[in-house]
Amino acid sequence: MPPDLIAEVLVQGVLTGLVYGLMALGLSVIFGVVRVVNFAHGEFTVLAMYAAWFLFSRLGLDPLIAAAPIALAFFVLGYGLQRGLIAPFVRRPEHLQFIYMVGMAIVLVNALLLVFGPDARHADVPYAFDSWRLGPILVDKVRVFAAAGAILICAALFAFFRYTLVGTAIRACADNLIGAEVVGLDVGRLFAIAFGIGLACAGAAGALMVVLSDATPNLAPSFTLLAFTIVIVGGLGSMTGALAGGVLIGVAEALASIVFSPSLKSMVSFALLVVVLALRPQGLIGRRA
Amino acid sequence: MNGAGRSFISREKAVALALLGALLVAAPLVLDRYFLSVFILVFWSAYVGQAWNVMMGFAGLLSLGHALYVGVAAYIAAALYVHFGLSPLIGLIPAAAACMGFGAAIGWLGFRFRIEGVYFALLTIAFAEATRIAFDNSDWTGGAGGLFISVSSATAGQWWNLRGGPLLFYYLALAMAAAAFLFCALLMRSPLGYRWLAVREDPEAARALGVDVLRVRLASVIVSAAMTSLAGVFYAFYYNNVFTGQIFDISRSIEIILAPIIGGVGTLFGPILGAFVLIPLGQLLLWGTQALGLDAPGLEALLYGLCLMIIVTRAPEGVWPRLERLLRGKDEAP
Amino acid sequence: MTILRVDGVSKSFRGLLALDKVSFEVERGEIFAVVGPNGAGKTTLFNVLAGVYRPQSGSVWFEDERIDGLRPDSICVRGVARTFQIVRPFAGLSVFDNVVIGALLRADLAGARATSEQILRSLELWDKRARPAGALTLPDRKRLELARALATGPKLLLLDEVMAGLRPAEIDRAVAMLREINQGGVTIVMIEHVMRAVTALADRIHVLHHGASLAQGTPQEVTSDPRVIESYLGAESFE
Repeated sequence: MPPDLIAEVLVQGVLTGLVYGLMALGLSVIFGVVRVVNFAHGEFTVLAMYAAWFLFSRLGLDPLIAAAPIALAFFVLGYGLQRGLIAPFVRRPEHLQFIYMVGMAIVLVNALLLVFGPDARHADVPYAFDSWRLGPILVDKVRVFAAAGAILICAALFAFFRYTLVGTAIRACADNLIGAEVVGLDVGRLFAIAFGIGLACAGAAGALMVVLSDATPNLAPSFTLLAFTIVIVGGLGSMTGALAGGVLIGVAEALASIVFSPSLKSMVSFALLVVVLALRPQGLIGRRA
Repeated sequence: MNGAGRSFISREKAVALALLGALLVAAPLVLDRYFLSVFILVFWSAYVGQAWNVMMGFAGLLSLGHALYVGVAAYIAAALYVHFGLSPLIGLIPAAAACMGFGAAIGWLGFRFRIEGVYFALLTIAFAEATRIAFDNSDWTGGAGGLFISVSSATAGQWWNLRGGPLLFYYLALAMAAAAFLFCALLMRSPLGYRWLAVREDPEAARALGVDVLRVRLASVIVSAAMTSLAGVFYAFYYNNVFTGQIFDISRSIEIILAPIIGGVGTLFGPILGAFVLIPLGQLLLWGTQALGLDAPGLEALLYGLCLMIIVTRAPEGVWPRLERLLRGKDEAP
Repeated sequence: MTILRVDGVSKSFRGLLALDKVSFEVERGEIFAVVGPNGAGKTTLFNVLAGVYRPQSGSVWFEDERIDGLRPDSICVRGVARTFQIVRPFAGLSVFDNVVIGALLRADLAGARATSEQILRSLELWDKRARPAGALTLPDRKRLELARALATGPKLLLLDEVMAGLRPAEIDRAVAMLREINQGGVTIVMIEHVMRAVTALADRIHVLHHGASLAQGTPQEVTSDPRVIESYLGAESFE
């Protein structure tokens, strides 16, 4: 196995993993703050992929740029969904909430199937096949741009949670819900904002993703599972955990696809998931629940 | 959750069931092939829903990867028949055993390491997916291309190989659904059934009463897996083909849980009612869109998703408990 | 004859020492009370005895068999039953079914049903047997908790503050019931704050303070022990 092939694959894994990480970050915010098991997270991401593809094919808008308005639109969508539909489920038995989101996922996926059909959609940006040479290895420009976008958004979110009042309030809700209520935080509004942020991440990730892979409706469930795997492996409630988990999974899958075979690559993620669930449920970086 | 401690089944329900049973047994006299196939689907859904319900309704464990057992059993029974000519009536034994093994593995992993709730559900999904990939790469079972059971005049009439027309499968499915109902009714009244209820309500309190929670939970997973495996064998020989992408898919797992959740988790009649409501509804929708000349792939599933959302919001215990209260009159004690 | 021996049991949680080398012995057939101010470690002690926690050091012996570190259900099988301070009925099940689950430990379904009927009658819960356990009043729920534990056929009963929240008349009735149960051959170890019940029932009292054994003796001895009186100044008061 030539070392530069391995290096190339590794770099690819890292870059793609960063975009996965952004998607997972959104789930971490939703799952960790609002405590909603968003089984439709992958579905929303794929919805964003279609949205970006649509904008690209109709308006010629580069998906990497479309990520911003799409993220914004998804924020509004998330806010509305949480406030309108999901809020009653936050304090209900977990399995009900679950099933509700599963239902929502089914509705989304099949709506996409109805509207767009099962064929794959891809955004062929003009620089899709360009790459840079970094020493002995080739790095795809699209991957770098997508990864850069992911990092930018994550950094912005990090700053938001660290330095703004609203961000801090949201972190308080995640930390200690009853305490947050006791000090008078408007938990309903904060939950809605958090859900909005979570979906915005999914939206941005989807837009970035459409230059990397094709959009088909049946990608959605595997994205959901991937997002949960990353969040669990990286650690619930940890932003760096989500990113690190994304990179880890991205690299692991990339390596697995050349060491074993491409069809077996998700086995690695599952193996990781099972191991983490059993032995270190708080994930690599997360806090103990 | 009611049931344990009361008389087996109330007289009214028993009479109603007997009537329904008689109707269903006689139905093929008037039904054409299409309606037979719809009923087969209803019976199959009721059966597999009842099997899933054992884990969720009785022991409180959410499995979103039940397609695993359908797929494993389907593949094993079908492969044994295709390669060795082994009758599925015998082939179901290794199929069920394999499923019980998988169930035990998932259960042990989950319970030994205290994996619960959403994490347990994710575990079941991951197992189903991993198994799909494994079967994708297994040539003995046809890989991703699928496994086919030949349908030829040479084997026609070999009921022991489940070769036959829709009538054979109709009565087989009906018998399975009825047997599952009776089996679960008996289970609910057994010591194991009582312990399941206790563990579902409050595992710590159950432990303090001497209930081995791990054993009891494991039992529910294994029983559920064994029951589901038979549905897998049926599936393989009814459709005569098995594809990894179809049979292990999460949408199959979700199909399995639709009827019991909408009908009523934890009740005996829930899965049956759910199946009888959902399948015809879906067929109606399909017929409607076809009549209008629309091509709408996924519309049926979309409807199911909506139903799920509505039921969970408005009637979380399911349609059956509501219906039961309505029929009984609200002044009677539950 | 010693039925329960607690030998130097210590338990800490993340550095906080909840139990500090607690030791005592319980004689078969007696009623043994464990008292002390809130936070003294009483429920932690019970949780160690019942197998919910494993002690950091020390040992627990039941009928000369070491039981510390065993699972709660294993300990129950050996003949130790417990009630919870905050009662935990199987709310969705009927009163009768709640008790049957306990009785299934030692009998088949028919036998369990018979035992349950007997216990429910003696605890005056029989006419409420069909009600869902979640719909009972607090005193009834406490009796159900007791009935359930008794159904497992224990030799030793660990009662965690069964009197809390009961009115004086109810306390007297509970005292009478417990005396009857004890006369039936069940050893009782009880955590109690309600001193009226303790002095009425207990053969011996063990006092815990800040997780450590402070004093032990008959009710007479303990209530006149200056150390006990001193430790309760400003904390709990004897009724």
